[in-house]
Amino acid sequence: MTKIGLEIHCQLTNLNSKLFCSCKANYREFEINENICPICMGLPGSLPRLNQEAVKKATMIAMALNCSTPEKIAFFRKNYFYPDLPKNFQITQLNIYGDTSIGGTGSIMVGDKKINITRIQLEEDPGRLIYEGSSSKNQITLVDYNRAGTPLVEIVTEPDFESPKQVREFLNILSDLLENLGVSDPSLEGAMRADANVSIEGGKKVEVKNIGSFHDLEKATHFEITRQTSLHSRDIDIIQETRHWDDKRKITISSRSKEEELDYRYFLEGDIPWITIDSSIQEKLRTEMPESISSKKERYISKYNIPPQVADVLSSDKFYSDLFDESHDETNAKEIANIITTDLMGLVDTREKREESKLSAKHLAELSNAIQSGKISRNSSKNALHEIIKSGKELSEIISELDLGNVSDESELLKIITEVISAEPQAVEQAKSNPQTINYLVGKVMQKTKGKADPKLTLDLLKKQIE
Amino acid sequence: MTNLKISALDYVEQIQNGNISAEDFVSETVDRIKKVDDTLHAFLSVNDDVIEQARAIDKKIKSGDKVGACYGMPISIKDNMCIKGSKTTCASKMLENFVAPYDATVITKLKQQDAVFIGKVNMDEFAMGLTTEFSAYGPSKNPWNTDCIPGGSSGGSAVSVSAFECVTSLGSDTGGSVRNPASFCGVVGYKPTYGLISRYGLISYANSIEQIGPLTRTVKDSAFMLNMICGLDSNDNTTVDNNSEDYLSGIDSGIEGKKIGIIKEMIADGTDPAVLSSTKDAISKLESLGAICEEISIDMVKYSVAAYYTITATEAGSNLARYDNLRYGYDFPVEGYEFNSYIAKARKNFGPEVTRRMIIGGFVPSAGHAGKYFLKAMKVKSKLTKEVNEAFKKFDLLIAPTVPILPFKLGEKIDDPVSLFLVDINTVTANLTGKPAISVPFAISNGLPIGMQLFANSMNDKLLLQAAHALENTVKLPEVPI
Repeated sequence: MTKIGLEIHCQLTNLNSKLFCSCKANYREFEINENICPICMGLPGSLPRLNQEAVKKATMIAMALNCSTPEKIAFFRKNYFYPDLPKNFQITQLNIYGDTSIGGTGSIMVGDKKINITRIQLEEDPGRLIYEGSSSKNQITLVDYNRAGTPLVEIVTEPDFESPKQVREFLNILSDLLENLGVSDPSLEGAMRADANVSIEGGKKVEVKNIGSFHDLEKATHFEITRQTSLHSRDIDIIQETRHWDDKRKITISSRSKEEELDYRYFLEGDIPWITIDSSIQEKLRTEMPESISSKKERYISKYNIPPQVADVLSSDKFYSDLFDESHDETNAKEIANIITTDLMGLVDTREKREESKLSAKHLAELSNAIQSGKISRNSSKNALHEIIKSGKELSEIISELDLGNVSDESELLKIITEVISAEPQAVEQAKSNPQTINYLVGKVMQKTKGKADPKLTLDLLKKQIE
Repeated sequence: MTNLKISALDYVEQIQNGNISAEDFVSETVDRIKKVDDTLHAFLSVNDDVIEQARAIDKKIKSGDKVGACYGMPISIKDNMCIKGSKTTCASKMLENFVAPYDATVITKLKQQDAVFIGKVNMDEFAMGLTTEFSAYGPSKNPWNTDCIPGGSSGGSAVSVSAFECVTSLGSDTGGSVRNPASFCGVVGYKPTYGLISRYGLISYANSIEQIGPLTRTVKDSAFMLNMICGLDSNDNTTVDNNSEDYLSGIDSGIEGKKIGIIKEMIADGTDPAVLSSTKDAISKLESLGAICEEISIDMVKYSVAAYYTITATEAGSNLARYDNLRYGYDFPVEGYEFNSYIAKARKNFGPEVTRRMIIGGFVPSAGHAGKYFLKAMKVKSKLTKEVNEAFKKFDLLIAPTVPILPFKLGEKIDDPVSLFLVDINTVTANLTGKPAISVPFAISNGLPIGMQLFANSMNDKLLLQAAHALENTVKLPEVPI
């Protein structure tokens, strides 16, 4: 049986500052080595100053993954030499001297499969190595410390996954959950990284490190299973080892480094006293947590009678559920859910498009009301939505500018209907004997009005004319 | 001629009365340093703009502007505390060219009080040692007898105060590094409760137990210094709130009725007879002031030095790992090296004692050995703390000689690390337990000073200073012969 376990590193990208200093957590907008200070550079004499907000957010993640949350947590030093690590130790957490990590065991359902969480820890991200030079002979390594000290939450799972597909489903759920909590933006480059432990029946455990995105994680686990299976089928032993994911060639490569033999000499970080997160603090945090995805879904279904599939889509994406929650009321909820899931999703399907979109919750409310009151047809509403996203203009302005308003003037509509009736004598005869076929004539009227005819009025008038 | 031998409090008073000017005092202090420091080698660097600084402060005083409580007082700083724009070497070749880009919290606070930092003073490399012989820039000498070591690691601090090269000094105390040289040089050395003074900007050696502390001529001066540099600091998460306590107020209250425990394990075999008789003398003097003294056994003291070296080596191994010369340090080009070999080679610039402790620090907490060494040491630490806490249920204060022996000759013990380690037996307990302790100059034997040490419970620093002040008043020591 295939077994996969994950170690997921998730940056708390939505925090203002790094884990132990006031440099920006959002290091991406800086020139190289501009987002640094004596603390995150580990200069002599500097001390870590714990970001309390990071502790809160990491606790929320632990709670959202149903993990146990100890009342007292501590930080430890993981000692090893690497140029991207300014202090040559990483401040992190572990559970070998008691449960002192920010999150203990927990679980999350992926479909019908329960995935167990081993622990959640809060730690600092190292800097970034940049390699320059064409060949290994003249290669030089530069270090950018802008990322050093960025708050990172590590989520460790049990080896409960049985397939890369399950891994992907879990990652989708996890991404949505983190985004919904408002702690992280998983779409940012490098915000989500992972290591995976993969083993197949009869083989040893292989650790795959350095997987830089969730997308690659599925690929890497898939590759590794294929590799191991093919070895196994040829009776070649699968050795326990650490492999690295090569994201250019999309393969795993055995790492010759003796990394697994490193002794990190863990011991308590004395510069950060134990932190108390007692039940009253935990209770308060729970009340500050955003509504969970499942609770949103439940609410959409039970309160507005929105179909489960629609509610599922709507609730799992924070961008859409925020828009929905800010725009709807009792009367237009279903209509707005419809607009979002049938039209809007196709129009803002990338991060860039979402950022550029000028659509507000108010726009959505107005648009749904206009549809419901017959001011604009569903058909035309799609064009209006497109224009709103582009320009952010008022709906009324767009309707008149693009001439999208419904033709609801009876005399004008009658003129068009008369034209259609004289042009389609056969269809008219048919409609007289079989009322069902009248829709063909409605369609013709719609065609002539470019979709702007009020459908209900059109039908009424047509019926009258034919009789 | 200005009298450079006055205490900090006297300095402040004389300035306020207009008897002396900061400029005169500072410039004569600079002359004094020029005169004696070739012999004593207390200073690693002397700031060149101190006279201008003092002049500016005089100007503020004359014009009636608000002046900080130090009034231009010349203070020396151990070279492991960062002063923005000045070299901070930790007396190591590793940091030969390190210019601190920021001020330590204690420096910021003293700057606000118009202190003049006269210079950076010598120490054992990275504060590891108790003689200053492990300074990469040569040892300091004891002003009482220049053939002798001044103690350490804050040897430069003690020498500079003792030889009137400054009024007060800041040192750091990881296992006695303030109290030991204070005892050997005949000045007051005080290690406050852990967390009372911010360590931000103090270059870490063993961060979980070390504290910055003043070295002064009088106990009152130590209280004065503490008032200025203590308190919560958002840059140091281990600092504690002392509710803006004034440590000078009520310092004359005396010790009548106070219960003082004499720590049996700290006057054990091997204690110098002169130190022993001084201790007895101190006890009888305290009793004559109305204190009630009684022996107490703190069993874990026997293991305290072993635990101390195990824990400090572990923390040092981690704290000093950052000195890989990749980001700052000394001149050593990287071309042609792969980073592991570069780091290994660059780190050869550490001196022998630092190297020794880093090797120990790589071993004692390592997988397979931690249980036997590091974790066992941590157990000793917590048992010791328990025993000391028990003792403070019975006693207000504890007493023991600061160092069981007298200052010894330069070169005498440097090649015998284990016998050097044992000199720490009476001082490490305060660090391992976080308790405040102070060394008061109490006697002179064979022309060499003997310091007496008092301990109090955590955050009882005020009581400690009161008792130390009372003890100090019972003796009048001769003047330093330099």
